[in-house]
Amino acid sequence: MRTIRFLLQKEFRQIFRNKSILAMVIFMPVMQLIILPLAANYEVKNINIAIIDNDHSSYSQKLIAKITASGYFKLAAYNFSFKQAFKFIEQDQADLILEIPAGFEGNLIRENEQQLFVAVNAINGTKANLGGAYLGTIIRDYTGEIRFDLVQPGRLSPQPVISVVPMNWFNPLLNYKLFMVPGILAILVTMIGGFLSALNIVKEKEVGTIEQINVTPIRKHHFILGKLIPFWILGNVVFSIGLLVSWLIYDIVPLGSIVLLYGFISVYLLAVLGFGLLVSTYCDTQQQAMFIMFFFMMVFILMGGLFTAIDSMPQWAKVVTWFNPVSYLIEVMRMVILKGSGLVDIWKHLAIIAGFAVVLNCWAMLNYKKTS
Amino acid sequence: MREAVIKTDKLTKRFGEFIATNAISFEVQQGEIFGFLGANGAGKTTAMRMLCGLLIPSSGAGTVAGFDVYKQTEKIKKSIGYMSQKFSLYEDLTVLENIRFFGGIYGLSNQQLKAKSIELIHRLNLQKDKDRLVGTLPLGWKQKLSFLVAVLHSPKVVFLDEPTGGVDPVTRRQFWELIYESVENSITVFVTTHYMDEAEYCNRVSIMVDGKIEALDTPGNLKEKYGATSMDEVFYQLARGAKRGE
Repeated sequence: MRTIRFLLQKEFRQIFRNKSILAMVIFMPVMQLIILPLAANYEVKNINIAIIDNDHSSYSQKLIAKITASGYFKLAAYNFSFKQAFKFIEQDQADLILEIPAGFEGNLIRENEQQLFVAVNAINGTKANLGGAYLGTIIRDYTGEIRFDLVQPGRLSPQPVISVVPMNWFNPLLNYKLFMVPGILAILVTMIGGFLSALNIVKEKEVGTIEQINVTPIRKHHFILGKLIPFWILGNVVFSIGLLVSWLIYDIVPLGSIVLLYGFISVYLLAVLGFGLLVSTYCDTQQQAMFIMFFFMMVFILMGGLFTAIDSMPQWAKVVTWFNPVSYLIEVMRMVILKGSGLVDIWKHLAIIAGFAVVLNCWAMLNYKKTS
Repeated sequence: MREAVIKTDKLTKRFGEFIATNAISFEVQQGEIFGFLGANGAGKTTAMRMLCGLLIPSSGAGTVAGFDVYKQTEKIKKSIGYMSQKFSLYEDLTVLENIRFFGGIYGLSNQQLKAKSIELIHRLNLQKDKDRLVGTLPLGWKQKLSFLVAVLHSPKVVFLDEPTGGVDPVTRRQFWELIYESVENSITVFVTTHYMDEAEYCNRVSIMVDGKIEALDTPGNLKEKYGATSMDEVFYQLARGAKRGE
């Protein structure tokens, strides 16, 4: 016990003298939580649309007004030839072309039917998809309106109408920040914990102090604990700062129990730190450790369910996410913070992460050799 | 006859095809200053690392402070001090903090820590600099501090791997005075060096060439045997035949 006290004392002194670690622990979560959620936005706005109106009627004007008033579209070009409008697409100034044919109004009134032409730039898949869908919805809406105008309500044929009104549970306004912030916080905690612990032991290897440690009668598990505990505390500090920022800036207050959240994070940090330590036992230089950590972090983050839903991944990818601790954390964060889930709902996650923690730390401890 | 603190019998370390130390056998008595000489790459550091329990030998036998170099490495570590080629105190801790940390790890009590810290700082005349970060000290001071930290827990043997590399002659002299003081406290000193004047300070000297011990005796006897006037000449006669270079 006394040995651990000396180790902790030393580790904390070094941490507090290392300005970059302090900056990483305090400023990184604050900055990233303020900036990233604003940028990592699922909503597609500012879709540039080029409209070619060959009809110049009050009906076509009404449609254009409806599109531009929706807030999703920006009128990038108006009334050029299709050829010219296509140039805009080629130059990436427009994402969509809507061509309103001549006789739009007349056909609508006389024939009750009219086709519109929409061309979508599909290079940016998300924008194209969503833009096309938004435009489709607006046009459908518009059709409903003119149908109302054209046909007298009394003579309206009693057509059965099924209207779908979705209710968005747990995030009624579909506020993407509610969805992103817990996820980003999860990644922050993972990154800081993983990198700090991975680089720390390797740095001692590089400087040569590890040899001085190895030649002392220090016990292996004491040494590992001496490294684990300080970073575990730092990880909790990062998490707390993150929760504070989410509350102050995004007004996100966990619906579920804070104690449960901290309980899960505590176990989770052990797993992540264990992973960092494991990596460090295999590396001789900080550069190696950095690259290996980056490799895993990329996979963890991109396959963690933050940016793309795990449910829509192919089966093999889903299997990969089973071995990704980040995916469990992101899920638990969202469950507890947004849904108010309790221990009953997340005990499986907790058990799996505890498994990760045990395996990774034992592995790191076995692979750390005082005598080679 | 005093008891032998270090005993080796055909101790060998292979790295693949390369035989770093080739069947070395020797004994070091308690309270002795044993000089372990050899050209760069002769296998000194490897031998020393095996004796410190940092490296498991490939074959042969050895004991340090009565403990086996294969099975009792952790027990060996309790009874030795080690100062490596690389300076290895924590540069971002102060003088006092380093003393406390390493003393604490070796299990000194708080009282001992206090007493030892005062004594050590007094010996090095570091009263004014005890709260300075070790990284900011001149190299000579660091080396002396490093040595005293290595013997802080009064080990049976202290291993010094080129402790005076890159240090000025005055500081080297002071360093050796510290070594002599430790021997008076019956600490055995096992030291490697490239400075032949330092070899003269040793009770006995071994010279390694290409992984083998080619000569082992007192400096006086060695000079006589090789008809040389200084250890420098002895070393030159033995080491120029070496095939391994840097």
